[in-house]
Amino acid sequence: MHPAPSIIAFTTLSGLGFGLLVFLGLGLPSPTGWPAFFHFGLGFGLAAVGLTASTLHLGHPERALKAFTQWRSSWLSREGVLAVAALVVMGLFALGRVFGLYDATELGWFGTVLCALTVYATSMIYAQLKTVPRWNHWSTPVQFGLFALGGGGLLAGQLGVAILGVAAAVIFQILNWQWGDSRFAERGHTGATATGRGAMGQVRAFEPPHTGNNYLLKEMVHQVGRRHASKLRMIGITLAATPLLLVVLPPMPVIFGLLAILHCAGVLVIRWLFFAQAEHVVSLYYGRAA
Amino acid sequence: MTTLPSQTDKKLGLVIDLDTCVGCHACVVSCKGWNTENYGAPLADVDAYVADPVGTFLNRVHSYEVPPDDGPAALVHFPKSCLHCEDAPCVTVCPTGASYKRVEDGIVLVNESDCIGCGLCAWACPYGARELDGVEKVMKKCTLCVDRIYNENLPEEDRVPACVRTCPAGARHFGDFADPDSNVSKLTAERGGMDLMPEQGTKPVNKYLPPRPKDEAIDILAPLVEPVAEKPEGLLAWLDKTLEKI
Repeated sequence: MHPAPSIIAFTTLSGLGFGLLVFLGLGLPSPTGWPAFFHFGLGFGLAAVGLTASTLHLGHPERALKAFTQWRSSWLSREGVLAVAALVVMGLFALGRVFGLYDATELGWFGTVLCALTVYATSMIYAQLKTVPRWNHWSTPVQFGLFALGGGGLLAGQLGVAILGVAAAVIFQILNWQWGDSRFAERGHTGATATGRGAMGQVRAFEPPHTGNNYLLKEMVHQVGRRHASKLRMIGITLAATPLLLVVLPPMPVIFGLLAILHCAGVLVIRWLFFAQAEHVVSLYYGRAA
Repeated sequence: MTTLPSQTDKKLGLVIDLDTCVGCHACVVSCKGWNTENYGAPLADVDAYVADPVGTFLNRVHSYEVPPDDGPAALVHFPKSCLHCEDAPCVTVCPTGASYKRVEDGIVLVNESDCIGCGLCAWACPYGARELDGVEKVMKKCTLCVDRIYNENLPEEDRVPACVRTCPAGARHFGDFADPDSNVSKLTAERGGMDLMPEQGTKPVNKYLPPRPKDEAIDILAPLVEPVAEKPEGLLAWLDKTLEKI
């Protein structure tokens, strides 16, 4: 799949932002006044920048409000509805904290649930697609959830959760790559099934339907981004795992911040591969072994 | 609403005969022509006259080689457009309700004024039947020429999809699959109509007829063009002998 920068930024930044808000909603930590302003501001900022980035790849962003209507059937619509609901509830909770007006503990818990559901809905946009076997698996929401947990814990300054969450996310990612690499073949999609099950037997693409490029090739048979996949996997995992240094480093805010930036860079690289390495079944029609 | 209807009154769709298709691409051209001049946003070509032209098409013809165990390979031309699936994954993923499946005839359509151009429906389609238009930035797909098939301003013989009307080989057939006595239902039953990628669970309405097995003695002219002079006689025989001696 085409690794569009807007979508990579969206899933990474909103994942981190909602991850942080999950902890703030639970009161971990529970700052008031200016510290609360900066904590919640960072969470809202990341989530909002991510959501705004996601509108950049739309053909008609001016119609984006229509995307809130189909929550009964569409994960993309659910994601939008949940994200706005989470931001509104957490916003009300944050107002109480920043101005010291009220302490709405239960509202924070509710916000935490909404933030977690938002991350889940984001992952399901991809996990629902049977056409991309690598994504169409329970491991996709687990992976997104673990990165939100680890990154959010890190930004929230929660030492134990940050270390455990990041370790779990990184280990699960390594396993996930192993499973994902063979899933397309395991699902049994081949050129023979694509052209009518077995009746013609194995087929070999003789002539493509068009001599130039097209939307399908650019969007779903994008293979350029895979060239350095094994190197990028190493780079992504190494950067994403840097918060594990907290085992030895002193837990000072500046160190948390620095490690958070390195971790975020690693997740961006891993998210690039999430798209670039995803094989779409339509590539079978073009005679490309996905 | 982007939930799918539990049942449609008709199941309009195409039968495509892979045995008959000659791969002329006339259906591709007539589709592009009709759907650029009629319903919805025109099918754009971007940079049509430079080195890397990119265009939107609703119907494309692939060609495949089927390698046999022995003998020459068979060539199969393979037109591909929206299959108007009963369980269309492109419809349910749509966040705005722009994509829908009609209850009356099962045609899958896009309401272009509601489409935000997110592209998720194209990702959800296993068949590559949807393309985002390069100029209008809305999702384009086969409409089964919904503006022809019910159009009483057209002569009756033209009230079929443009690709079916134009096919010079008669490889494309249009009809109602919900009616067991329709031309398309009968063709599908007689010739073993196939679903594409059935393991995706989309339940495509369009069916493909497999190529018929080729005859063994395919070259009917062969007995007539056998070599007539295996052994030279007369002057040729003398020349043959003499030249071999030199």
